[in-house]
Amino acid sequence: MNEMFGAYTVFYREMMLLRKKLPGFFAGSIVGPLLYLMAFGWSLGRNIQLGGVTYLDFVVPGILAVSAMNGSYNATGASLNISRLYHRSFEEFLVAPIGVWSIVLGNVLGGCMRGLFSSAVILIMSYLFGAHLQCNLYFIITLFLTCFLFASLGVVAAMVVNSHEEMANFGTFVILPMSFLCGTFFQLDVLPPIASNIIMLLPLTHSAIALRAIALGAGFPLTSFLIVTVYSIVLFGFGIWVTYRVE
Amino acid sequence: MIEICGLCKSYGQIKALDHLSLTINQGEVFGLLGPNGAGKTTTFRLLTTLARPTAGKVFISGQEVNRHSVKVKKEFGVVPQQLTLDSDLTARENLVLHGMLHKIPGREMSIRIRELLALVELENRSQSPVNEFSGGMKRRLMIARAMMQRPSILFLDEPTAGLDPQVRRQIWDLLRRLNIQGVTVLLTTHYIEEAEQICSRVGILNQGKLIALGTPDELKAKVGKVVVEVPNQCGTEYRVFENREAAARYIAELDRDALVRESSLEDVFIELTGRKVGE
Repeated sequence: MNEMFGAYTVFYREMMLLRKKLPGFFAGSIVGPLLYLMAFGWSLGRNIQLGGVTYLDFVVPGILAVSAMNGSYNATGASLNISRLYHRSFEEFLVAPIGVWSIVLGNVLGGCMRGLFSSAVILIMSYLFGAHLQCNLYFIITLFLTCFLFASLGVVAAMVVNSHEEMANFGTFVILPMSFLCGTFFQLDVLPPIASNIIMLLPLTHSAIALRAIALGAGFPLTSFLIVTVYSIVLFGFGIWVTYRVE
Repeated sequence: MIEICGLCKSYGQIKALDHLSLTINQGEVFGLLGPNGAGKTTTFRLLTTLARPTAGKVFISGQEVNRHSVKVKKEFGVVPQQLTLDSDLTARENLVLHGMLHKIPGREMSIRIRELLALVELENRSQSPVNEFSGGMKRRLMIARAMMQRPSILFLDEPTAGLDPQVRRQIWDLLRRLNIQGVTVLLTTHYIEEAEQICSRVGILNQGKLIALGTPDELKAKVGKVVVEVPNQCGTEYRVFENREAAARYIAELDRDALVRESSLEDVFIELTGRKVGE
């Protein structure tokens, strides 16, 4: 119970900081997806059919997956990296009488909130653009798991790298390629088998597949859902381990 | 009581701390004095679980210190050298978050925040964002934050580094008041005056090793009570004497002016290492 309160305190701090910067965060979280929606959805989406649906309906779950990933990864990765290496405020948690897993859980849940907030903004915008998507409980759970997974990855990256430059490189070499390659904007079967097989190993691919299947009413994508769940658990555990070892 | 047993910390081939063994008694103001790179901050980080030792152990009130030791962490407050406050939050919000981390109940928390902001003379700035504070105000707020949970021990790493002399004295007064209230204080410093003014006992660190330990008076008595500084072509020559009469006899034989003063911990350091604390 003590530990849960510790995690809640870390989460509460994240929410306090979010509240202080809400207008900036809101503006920052809509620019990218708005451009995606305009470029891929508005201009192309009404005229192209993909997999039996309009391109707009096809692409919005992909944009949501990307946005959930970026929102939650940046929330923990950038914020923790700066607070660990620059402000050093992360040390306030390390010396507090709470377990390491509370610190990680609180930060990851804070990252999830930011990721979900960004996703909600896009979801509302996509309806305004004329998308037809099912947003049921399974969809929300999958979106939350996607946020949890990438917020955990953000913790791992922030604890492992030792400079802001390395953190930026991690984003460039890991996060950015996933944004474009993981079946977010196109169907993977157009790629050569070897490329699509490699991409199928990446977690965002399964987030996009699962979100798209649920949103378009194509049944519950159990395999992709389980893969996202396993990735989330493994990365969260790894996040605890690297946080315990960080100095 | 803090017991440090054979504490070592290496970064690759570099030994930042080399078999430090030390006992700090309850109610002391203990200073770890030394130049940059002596191992002071390393010791601070090891004592507060921010770093893991390569070898050796630390015990606080008989319990071993490590990052998982939640019970031990309740015993001490920590004031790092960097300003680790959330600068976007207000002074009060920073204290509330710290209080929550230590599970201080709401009503007690409000009382405690009022008490501590009064103690550090920031009661009128409780709703101001920390990024509007001066360096001295931030440092005082950090001390208040570290005292939220009523710890029996306060660890401070270079608590007055970069502060002007007036603010430095405010911090010293604050630490004295806390010590009178029963708090054991362990601080690191490279300011000789700080160690002499507020520390009841001092350990001198050099290149990761403890080279002297005692009260400031004991340490100074080891080198002599009176110092004569004689300028020469190469810099300044220091001579230490047991009393003023011996110093006067020496000066009478000189063919130039010399400065006579009481010995300080700096002289102890020079005597032990052959260099000044700041070098």
